[in-house]
Amino acid sequence: MKRSGALLLFPLAVLLSGCDLVVLAPAGDVAVQQRDLLVVSTLLMLLIIVPVMALTVLFAWRYRQSSTTATYAPDWDHSTKLELVIWAAPLLVIICLGALTWLGTHLLDPYRRIDRIEPGQPVTQLHKPLRVQVVALDWKWLFIYPDYGIASVNELAAPVNQPIDFRITSSTVMNSFYIPALAGQIYAMPAMETKLHAVINRPGTYTGFSANYSGAGFSGMRFAFHGFSDQAFDQWVAQIKGAQATLSRDSYLQLERPSENEPVRHFASVDPDLYGAILNLCVERGKMCMNEMMSIDARGGLGLAGVRNTLPLQYDKLARRGAVFGNDPSYVASICTAEEAAAASRAASDADAKYWPARDLSPLRGAGLLGPGTGSRRADAETPSLGLLRFEL
Amino acid sequence: MPETLTKFIFGRLTLESLPLHEPIVVGTFIVVALGGLAVLGAITYFRLWTYLWREWFTSVDHKKIGVMYMALGLVMLLRGFSDAIMMRLQQAIAFNGSEGYLNAHHYDQIFTAHGVIMIFFVAMPFVTGLMNFVVPLQIGARDVSFPFLNNFSFWMTVGGAILVMASLFVGEFARTGWLAYPPLSGIGYSPDVGVDYYIWALQVAGVGTTLSGINLICTIIKMRAPGMTMMRMPVFTWTSLCTNVLIVASFPVLTAVLTLLALDRYVGTNFFTNDFGGNPMMYVNLIWIWGHPEVYILILPLFGVFSEVTSTFSGKRLFGYTSMVYATIVITILSYLVWLHHFFTMGSGASVNSFFGITTMIISIPTGAKMFNWLFTMYRGRIRFELPMMWTVAFMLTFVVGGMTGVLLAVPPADFVLHNSLFLIAHFHNVIIGGVLFGLFAGIAYWWPKAFGFKLDPFWGKVSFWCWVVGFWFAFMPLYILGLMGVTRRMRVFDDPSLQIWFVIAAFGAVLIACGIAAFLVQIFVSIRKRAELVDVTGDPWDGRTLEWSTSSPPPAYNFAFTPVIRDNDAWWDMKKAGYRRPLSGFKPIHMPSNTGTGVILAAFSVALGFGLIWYMWWLAALSFVCLIATAIGHTFNYHRDFDIPAAEVAQTEETRTTLLAAQG
Repeated sequence: MKRSGALLLFPLAVLLSGCDLVVLAPAGDVAVQQRDLLVVSTLLMLLIIVPVMALTVLFAWRYRQSSTTATYAPDWDHSTKLELVIWAAPLLVIICLGALTWLGTHLLDPYRRIDRIEPGQPVTQLHKPLRVQVVALDWKWLFIYPDYGIASVNELAAPVNQPIDFRITSSTVMNSFYIPALAGQIYAMPAMETKLHAVINRPGTYTGFSANYSGAGFSGMRFAFHGFSDQAFDQWVAQIKGAQATLSRDSYLQLERPSENEPVRHFASVDPDLYGAILNLCVERGKMCMNEMMSIDARGGLGLAGVRNTLPLQYDKLARRGAVFGNDPSYVASICTAEEAAAASRAASDADAKYWPARDLSPLRGAGLLGPGTGSRRADAETPSLGLLRFEL
Repeated sequence: MPETLTKFIFGRLTLESLPLHEPIVVGTFIVVALGGLAVLGAITYFRLWTYLWREWFTSVDHKKIGVMYMALGLVMLLRGFSDAIMMRLQQAIAFNGSEGYLNAHHYDQIFTAHGVIMIFFVAMPFVTGLMNFVVPLQIGARDVSFPFLNNFSFWMTVGGAILVMASLFVGEFARTGWLAYPPLSGIGYSPDVGVDYYIWALQVAGVGTTLSGINLICTIIKMRAPGMTMMRMPVFTWTSLCTNVLIVASFPVLTAVLTLLALDRYVGTNFFTNDFGGNPMMYVNLIWIWGHPEVYILILPLFGVFSEVTSTFSGKRLFGYTSMVYATIVITILSYLVWLHHFFTMGSGASVNSFFGITTMIISIPTGAKMFNWLFTMYRGRIRFELPMMWTVAFMLTFVVGGMTGVLLAVPPADFVLHNSLFLIAHFHNVIIGGVLFGLFAGIAYWWPKAFGFKLDPFWGKVSFWCWVVGFWFAFMPLYILGLMGVTRRMRVFDDPSLQIWFVIAAFGAVLIACGIAAFLVQIFVSIRKRAELVDVTGDPWDGRTLEWSTSSPPPAYNFAFTPVIRDNDAWWDMKKAGYRRPLSGFKPIHMPSNTGTGVILAAFSVALGFGLIWYMWWLAALSFVCLIATAIGHTFNYHRDFDIPAAEVAQTEETRTTLLAAQG
């Protein structure tokens, strides 16, 4: 039995040595910390799992029917001491793991801006984050670089050791934005925005993909993620700026149509309002933006006028929208023009940026969470730094 | 005009809806049709229709309904497993530019159908069947509280299964994944019938599941034999009680959320749409508020099975009965507080994620306590390694690994890198196969002699056991590794050739499991052939401890000639020790429920209703709905609900058993 086990393990070791366990050997600091947590949690649990497995085999062997030496106590069914141990031992492990989870989850919250580039190298004022707006389309990825006014399809690049701020949404259905070498995944959802903060530490080309099934072309929804040196990154940007194509609302509506296994595409310039319009589902002209609708609703709505404020849908991505018995495919008409709405949304996001002053990066000593009403609860506003609580794994 | 008429009659069902262009489906159809015709022909040839209708289909006997549930689960297991092995094959060959042999349209249906079938139409019928058969016997009852409802529940489950099977040959199934997240499952992105099949199959089956949950709760609460206090109930009955509480509390959520999705698709509401103020994340929350308890609905009864089996085959009282019961209750409650761990990656804040991560971990404490209790039941026991005990030990060694990876996935930062990966797939197959399925096989081997009066053939059982256990490790360990390589689920083609070897190993594991299933079928066949050798007339082949072993195998229709009186946890063990003698006289007439065909008819109308709604055949939907209501009302005027088994007949049945027992010595 043992010998055959060893024989089985040998080819396993050979196979494992040949493969790239990217989750266990990532190239970005966030993913490294997530890996560490994964390993520590596994080791903690093995403290219980290994004895249980060993005892199972031991008891099964020792108390087998044919054994003549083993004690037989048919009525022994209770022992307070043992009960204490069997409840307390898992409890202790879970307390440790729970504490680790609480800390790790806050520290590695994807919404929280990273505070170190790698162990021992904190983020300073000199590290200007690279902003990337990510849109999951059917079935390809659009990356917009607002700081450079460029965009690419199915290709993402970032300079090494520079924080990256991702803002992520989707055009139609749910996807999940995942580059295992860089950081954990986060969903891309239509009309919603998720955030991810990460950094890549080693130059190289890594794989990114959608980790949530999104329809027929899902398998081909992959992209290359390049970690470049500063110089190579600048070259890459320059190369895109020299591309022919540009991305306007109209060309976006073409791009948005379902297609599979798309090649890499570059756009030398991008409509600055495009991402906001995608996020608010109002790239199509005349359609009311979600933020517009929500702000009307927040002020009490339009009353009966709102009920009639729908127009038949002209452009249609797929076969149809609407339902059998329901209204004809329709949308809520915009009250202001798309440009006005976009300008308002830009103003709002500029205001948002004002809440993002260069952060005071000194750790909060003993300070707790923010008081109510003193700011956003979201981590990126100004999460209580976990400097004091930080654990180095 | 004829076009309008055709459209009125057939809705959106046209000849093009039949998947005639998919050779694989056509081949499957031919095989299934030939097999089905052979079965129907054989039934007709042997003139079994009347027998089947009278003795089985219309039966309200909980034992027969239990057996029919198991048969349904077994048939659907073959379908669900065919899907599994097709996926394994596709993923093993779709490398180096090859598209494999399945296109996206077909492959996406297969993985959706695999999940739906395995959970709703394999695991659920198996679990419900086991509870149906065993619980009334364990508590010394003659049937469940509402015998007709039980029959109706079963046929509704069959109705759902029929709709899912119909989708294979008429139209298509959903291409959304087994939980059909909107917006993908909304009418905009899934305009065809697949999601409608999904919705109505689950709605029809869900009625059955909810009603059977209510039924079993009432049975356990109200129909225990005198002396059986709650804390003297066998552990399997306890876990069944908790499971049914979970069913009754969670299935209405599923029904509601699927109704909302149906409203979005049929009448243009905007609960889960992208615009008009809909919110797809609401669906994700609601479906998991059902979905997580569902996992415990599946595993808890099997925890009960392992408790019974360990105690019986160790010849020892269950260690820590009280803590076992409380562990079960704690798991029941906690299972409602963890649903968000299925979508940590959807952007909840760190505190919310931590909360749900930690509640999830806390569940592992009572589960761990259970594991130790089984261990210490074996400690100082005298363990007989019969088939059920082998499955139990395999479970203990397998399940802890699945439990460990489960807790790992409950750590949100770890989940961020493993969510939706093949690691996750490996994890839940590890607990569902290693826990639920191994438990079911243990339970089937354990209670088979009770149901049929002869044991299962041990040789083929062992063949099946080893194929399953080894096959499981071969099939799913590679998936753990692939998950750590960053490979995500539901992929149809791959471009990294270094992954292929792992998929080939996994496919090999699936083939071993196929052998395990085949060996199980052979085992049943061989056992029926050799039933004379394997016969057990005592009714107590394993030296059992609970009440079901006190009556004959198979038990008479009335289960117990006299209602037993309970003084101890292990009631039958206690009775045996106290020198119990079976009463041989003084029989009285026994009041029993009558069979009725109404359940079959109601379920048939429900299937027609679902089919009409799926294909927009509004006349069919309206007609079958009216018939459904009319039949239900009509049934309330059925006054032939019960009868008495005459004392003479009871005396005769018991006399036969006395003779048999005497012949044995």
